[in-house]
Amino acid sequence: MTPETAAELADQLESTGYLADPGVATAAFLAMRMPKPLFCEGEPGTGKTSLAQALSQALDVPLIRLQCHEGIDAGQALYEWDFPRQLLHLRALEAASGGELDVTVAEQSLYTERFLLARPLLRALTSAPCVLLIDEIDRADDEFEAFLLQVLDENAVSIPEFGEVRAQTPPLVVLTSNRTREVHDALKRRCLYHWLAHPEFAREVEILRRRLPGISERLAEQVAGAVRRLRELELLKPPGVAESLDWARALQALGRDELDAATAASTLGAVLKYREDADRAVAAGLDALLAG
Amino acid sequence: MDVLPGLVGFARVLAESGVPVSSHRTAMYLDAVGHLDLADPGALYWAGRLTLCGDPDDLPRYDEAFARWFTDDWPAQEQRSVSMPQRAQIAALSGVEAGSGDVLSDPEALPVAASETEILRHRDIAALSPAERAHLRELLNKLRPQPPRRASLRSEQARRGHLDPRRTLRGMLTTLGEPIHLAHRKRAKRARKVVLLVDVSGSMSPYADALLRFAHVVTRHNPATTEAFALGTRMTRLSRALRSRDPEHALADAGRAVPDWAGGTRLGETLRAFLDRWGHRGLARHAVVVIFSDGWERGDTALLEEQLARLHRLAYRVLWVNPHAGRKGYAPVQSGIAAALPHIDGLLAGHSLATLEQLLQEMRDAGRS
Repeated sequence: MTPETAAELADQLESTGYLADPGVATAAFLAMRMPKPLFCEGEPGTGKTSLAQALSQALDVPLIRLQCHEGIDAGQALYEWDFPRQLLHLRALEAASGGELDVTVAEQSLYTERFLLARPLLRALTSAPCVLLIDEIDRADDEFEAFLLQVLDENAVSIPEFGEVRAQTPPLVVLTSNRTREVHDALKRRCLYHWLAHPEFAREVEILRRRLPGISERLAEQVAGAVRRLRELELLKPPGVAESLDWARALQALGRDELDAATAASTLGAVLKYREDADRAVAAGLDALLAG
Repeated sequence: MDVLPGLVGFARVLAESGVPVSSHRTAMYLDAVGHLDLADPGALYWAGRLTLCGDPDDLPRYDEAFARWFTDDWPAQEQRSVSMPQRAQIAALSGVEAGSGDVLSDPEALPVAASETEILRHRDIAALSPAERAHLRELLNKLRPQPPRRASLRSEQARRGHLDPRRTLRGMLTTLGEPIHLAHRKRAKRARKVVLLVDVSGSMSPYADALLRFAHVVTRHNPATTEAFALGTRMTRLSRALRSRDPEHALADAGRAVPDWAGGTRLGETLRAFLDRWGHRGLARHAVVVIFSDGWERGDTALLEEQLARLHRLAYRVLWVNPHAGRKGYAPVQSGIAAALPHIDGLLAGHSLATLEQLLQEMRDAGRS
């Protein structure tokens, strides 16, 4: 079911448990309508990756994920021929034919879909409509970006031995980046750009309550409030939504309905992952963190 | 009413405020607006933010421009500032003394010119006359920096190394299934990241121009792996500005980007801002970091030391270039430098072209582990 307005899409996303603010909803809506890839940047833990997951659920299409890493190449992203199996196949043909092998037929039988290992990009083109998540594009090399650009532009790839593979409907592409490196302008220019910030207080409370059904309203508010104040301290790694969820889960596991300074001190490791940060939070006063 | 001129006008205003808006982006903006219901007040805002911006640095500018353009009264025709292309100043090869006669007509003068270049290479940049400075710029532009290298995760075909089963197997196709030719692979080499942090505070001002030109040369040769920042009372990212080809243009852009040119400096705080926003996230990780500063710290040196220790844990090598270190009788006694010494891998001079060339050599060698 395709949404007609951004608000409708937001409702669909909400039904999957992802609370989209108007910015995210508009961005995803435009990405579907224009259609353009959606380039998401933001602090870690602001829901870039989960947006793609929620979109695939809300639109009821498969999610195909391409995790980028250093040195990723076309073979890992697009397709590869299964050489060992091709070789085995050839040997089998040889043995079966008893020395009278028709070379053209044998060659043709080698380059068929059977021996094609489809990697995420090719899978996305063949199984569209789908959501294609290209995660952490900033980790890939810039040559890979150029290659990606080509595929995204044409929604098609040509495999020399096989022919062209074209997507019937373009996949909904979501790219994420943690900004460890500047992504090339040529790629950004073709995308809608969305910067995800940490959610507002009310939205974060809502997210906590939605994702952790058993949580009391008071605890959700306390956790969201404390995390918001933690973000205002100058920390090495300000906690994201993922961390507040972890914290709330930790408190639930301990059977707490309320957050007090002593419990906060003993569970601080769920939100703050650096010793310096924990020291700073303690120095700022855990009571002050919980107040209000 | 036709909204088109208004939207295009807004894109233009945004471009003037420093957001790199291209015609491609503007077209995308108009397309996006067409898909949205403009009765929703947020829609117009998001349509522009999603299509015209491409960097978190653009967002505050966008917000400001949006507020000005769409919420105030319709502005009268604004004065457009037209940036005129600046003519590069080119100094004659030997033109140290302007107006000292036609040098080229006298063949005997040429060797002298060369030796004056040689002398210039070793002169302190702060003590140069304007003509010599122009000459120095030319020389800086001729530098050919090589990036430091590191082993990549990717492997490449090689004569020796570990076996490459796929290529060996493929070769077997031509030799009746016998592995006669063994193929090999080895780890490829890639350019290592380089981060240049240039102190542009008052005490560094005689060197700032030359150092930024130096940063421009390094950035231009390896734009994908070089990042440059200016440190003053605030930290400013210059990488984007310095990527432009024309040095005058790049410097002008950089000059606009740095709000506090030749103000004071609080090295510790700006370094922390750099690490929080960029370095920690991966930009300084395994990079060769070069700090250009004289180490006059106004703030607390404990903070500087703490941040340098942090930087040193992240980076592959930290080099500190102090233009004053080249002077005779220099001892690293400035509070900042004294605090920095335990956390840096090398303290270098950077007061002359020759020492900057040395720095390039040092940066390249730093990559060899």
